[in-house]
Amino acid sequence: MCLGIPGKIINIYNEDGLRMGKVDFNGVRRETCLVGVPDAKEGEYVIVHAGFAISRMDEQEALETIRALDEIDGLSC
Amino acid sequence: MKPFEHWMKSMDSAVDLTAFRNPERADRILKRLKNEITRPWVIMEMCGGQTHALMQSGIDQLLASQIEFIHGPGCPVCVTSLALVDEAIALAKFPNVILTTYGDMLRVPGSEGNLFAARAQGCDVRVVYAALDALKIARENPDKEVVFFGIGFETTAPANGISVLQAYRTGIQNYSVLVSQVCVPPALEMILSSPQNRIQGFLAAGHVCAVMGISEYIPISEKYHVPISVTGFEPIDLLAGIEMVVRDLEAGRWRVSNAYSRGVPAAGTAGALAIIHELFEPCNRDWRGIGIIPDSGWKLKDKYSAYDAEKKFGVTATETHESDVCIAGAILRGLNTPPECPAFAASCTPEHPLGAAMVSGEGTCSAYYRYRRNHD
Repeated sequence: MCLGIPGKIINIYNEDGLRMGKVDFNGVRRETCLVGVPDAKEGEYVIVHAGFAISRMDEQEALETIRALDEIDGLSC
Repeated sequence: MKPFEHWMKSMDSAVDLTAFRNPERADRILKRLKNEITRPWVIMEMCGGQTHALMQSGIDQLLASQIEFIHGPGCPVCVTSLALVDEAIALAKFPNVILTTYGDMLRVPGSEGNLFAARAQGCDVRVVYAALDALKIARENPDKEVVFFGIGFETTAPANGISVLQAYRTGIQNYSVLVSQVCVPPALEMILSSPQNRIQGFLAAGHVCAVMGISEYIPISEKYHVPISVTGFEPIDLLAGIEMVVRDLEAGRWRVSNAYSRGVPAAGTAGALAIIHELFEPCNRDWRGIGIIPDSGWKLKDKYSAYDAEKKFGVTATETHESDVCIAGAILRGLNTPPECPAFAASCTPEHPLGAAMVSGEGTCSAYYRYRRNHD
């Protein structure tokens, strides 16, 4: 149930006053409610749960996590 | 090649999780962990999605001699009370009602039958991907009453809630929600305050925290002296969370750490929190197999009571009856494991579940059925 899938915002539009968008999940595109992430822009990534974007996916944080994990073993670039 | 070069290149098409599934990286963290651990630890992964991911990747077995994982109650399908399941079935039987819900809920056993059986008897029961889809059904069927059985943890609260807010804003009156929102921190406190508690560290549920942030967990960590790491769902995410908890345990300290920072802002997601605060207020909630946990749920505020299906239809389940065989309650409390249940993989299977923990893709019984049935 608490499955959250990262996807890329393809476009943003207004539907009956709601901020909505098409989000691409590795080729599958779904209508997604973007009310919760008013600052997310087209081309950015969000985590989607039950048709609703619950947070923005921070690419810099993703890279930082991997860098920190690898740095401990002296593998970082 | 630099560790994430491939990943960075492919980021353009969609979020590529390769870096968080990389077996060599997993192997390195596992080796580190094995060296760092000086004595066995007991860790609970709160979320059923993490239970499945741990078992699917085999991380629990690879660390079995050093870490005992106790599976948390973080499976909304499993903990939604029997009374609410019975109420949903009762609502589906109203002649003018279209009952909508998430897919897993159709197979969850009620006192008598489930929503699938209700559908087979002619009730209009429909599966939706999102609560807004249920609202769309209401808009398209103005002569029907559409009820959405809205279950879920904090993760799902904004997704469920936005449908009520939108119905309110656009004046749709033939829509209501059977609200079954549950919240993690009160359950965590219940576990920690139990005299029988053996759990020394926690992996907090990444997507709950994506909405809520991490602040609720700080006083719990302080009060009970337990390290808590907010953890994601890929193998590297799990290992990163485990490593943070283990380091704190080994150092004899406690804090809330964030091993899933790419998805979890420390303060949560403001736009999602705003929906929750507008619609919901705390209430006591009955957890299936566990019992009532004070202030562990949300109900609709009075302003939105016209959208509360219990009030609209006057349904209350007074008498419920659990399976005599199923021990899902004890499994949810971490007292038993599924193979100890006589019904496991015999009379209880994902196709014919006796308890909710066998239904859901997050249920502990379903995880054991999928990943451990032929191994133990």
